[in-house]
Amino acid sequence: MSVTEETTANVTEADLTAFIYREARLLDELRYEEWLSLYAEDAHYWMPAEWQQTDPKLQASLMYEDMLLLRIRVERLSGARTFSQKPKSRAQHLLQAPQVDEIDMAANRFRTWTPFHYAETRGDEFTMYAGWARHEMRLEEGQLKIVLKRVDLVNFDAPMGNIQLFM
Amino acid sequence: MPATYADPAQLRALVKPEAVHRDLYTDPEVFRLEMRHLFANTWVYVGHASQIPNPGDYLTTEIGDQPVMASRHTDGQVHVLYNRCPHKGTKIASEACGNTGKFFRCPYHAWSFKTDGSLLAIPFRKGYEGTGLEESEAVRGLAPVGATKVYRDFIFARLAPTGVGFEEFFGESLSSIDNMVDRSPEGKLVLEGAPLRYMHPCNWKMLVENQTDTCHPMVAHESSAGTAVSVWEREQAKGGPKPMAVEVYAPFMAPYDFFEKMGLRVWPNGHGHTGVTTSIHADYSAIPGYYDQMVEAYGKERAEKILGENRHNTVYFPNIMVKGPIQTLRVFKPIAADKTLVESYTFRLVGAPDMLFERTLMYNRLINAPTSIVGHDDLEMYERAQLGLHADGMEWVNIQRLYAEGEAEDVTDVAGGTSERQMRNQFHAWLKYMLPEGQAQEAAE
Repeated sequence: MSVTEETTANVTEADLTAFIYREARLLDELRYEEWLSLYAEDAHYWMPAEWQQTDPKLQASLMYEDMLLLRIRVERLSGARTFSQKPKSRAQHLLQAPQVDEIDMAANRFRTWTPFHYAETRGDEFTMYAGWARHEMRLEEGQLKIVLKRVDLVNFDAPMGNIQLFM
Repeated sequence: MPATYADPAQLRALVKPEAVHRDLYTDPEVFRLEMRHLFANTWVYVGHASQIPNPGDYLTTEIGDQPVMASRHTDGQVHVLYNRCPHKGTKIASEACGNTGKFFRCPYHAWSFKTDGSLLAIPFRKGYEGTGLEESEAVRGLAPVGATKVYRDFIFARLAPTGVGFEEFFGESLSSIDNMVDRSPEGKLVLEGAPLRYMHPCNWKMLVENQTDTCHPMVAHESSAGTAVSVWEREQAKGGPKPMAVEVYAPFMAPYDFFEKMGLRVWPNGHGHTGVTTSIHADYSAIPGYYDQMVEAYGKERAEKILGENRHNTVYFPNIMVKGPIQTLRVFKPIAADKTLVESYTFRLVGAPDMLFERTLMYNRLINAPTSIVGHDDLEMYERAQLGLHADGMEWVNIQRLYAEGEAEDVTDVAGGTSERQMRNQFHAWLKYMLPEGQAQEAAE
């Protein structure tokens, strides 16, 4: 990321916004290896299953995945015997401009809040989802990395079909 | 097969010992009859008493296509009632779970009912004087289901006013619920955590059959569990203990021989379980402190007996599955012939370490969520089967694996773990409870 490389001393709102958009673009272009590289080694991707959930592990979640589990997902998507990806899924993100909730250089902590609409399609099926993504990030060697991505669906409690890609 | 399945002979012709007709999965009339007969004549899971601990608490659900609720009355008794105002039909309770206070009040005309369902009051009642209302069914209040039973906090109901008794219907199969409850040092479960809800475009019976289908994991789940194993093997080089998630995923890749040896047990009335001698749940890491708690609560011998029972999936016919060693319960709710809502619930073992509940929740989201890669594998197969069954080239679904002619039906028995005997057991019970009373006896003979 050229923006952050030049601004290791300071992270601006524009840096964070560009980073969030870039993540969505990598997901929409199915560039998963590059997408994973946006995450810190101790990162988690969390989709709560309860309203205003506070605990990812002792309350029900749709996903609470560390890098090992995310790598398994990514590798599975391209597996020769991954029948639920024959045909393959595609995704599209429509993001509202991210709001920056925190820029704390001293604590090396940056947080954003991004309402989104997300479409996932496979074969003749097309499904829309809506929700809010919260990113917590930090700088590692001058690069922004995601430490926690939390995706709250507006209808987290409704019965859903397969969600195979990433919001 | 053009037929009127209201005719019992036509219905019987759909089930052979070693195959069932595709109309069981695709035909709207068969589905309608299932709702009317099968789900009325059997004992169906309603909910867990820990969801409604206090008087005035209620939960809502469906038995087949029937809206019902379970209500905790002032005397502590649980009543299962049709969720329908006797006046105009309005659903009385609309939330999954709640507290109604001292009475239910219909939001339309304010007819009110005690928490046992009986009529409490009708506003401006003098308008009914001399109308004969006291002779109407409306005046009786919220209609109760045919029978209700709370077994170790698991609430079951039978819609039909008469029929098979609870103990007779479940018999020894209740031992799987017993084992799940006994795994709490205090002998108590609390339903905790939101259910994971997953919509399936297939017939509900495909899901029930899959619970004891041990020849699919190493095939259908090669993509998820197989990838998990291979990614972990690479990561392992970095050191550290095997993560809980890998312990959950990896056994799905166990070979046929493992599943064959783990065995399968059938019980009368369509119940059965996989994992008689061992199961994919037997080799999880010990949770610190838990064993000692169990020994203290039950003594060494009994504690080890409880923990040594590692049943895999127990099917309570018609439509739930229980995992004792994991403390989950899945409900397969029929919506239409080709649509099923799966709700997966989690239980906390009262008095046990948090880490056990953490594992329960992890298992549920890794295996049973709409975001689960194992779930994606399974749903793909159900969906393809639902579509494939429309092919007119052949009409039967084969359930013949490890079948021997003259196989005893409606009995307790143990078979090889890769047998499709539990599927046959389910279809035998299916026919028994689909047929009108009396004819069921005939069919069993």
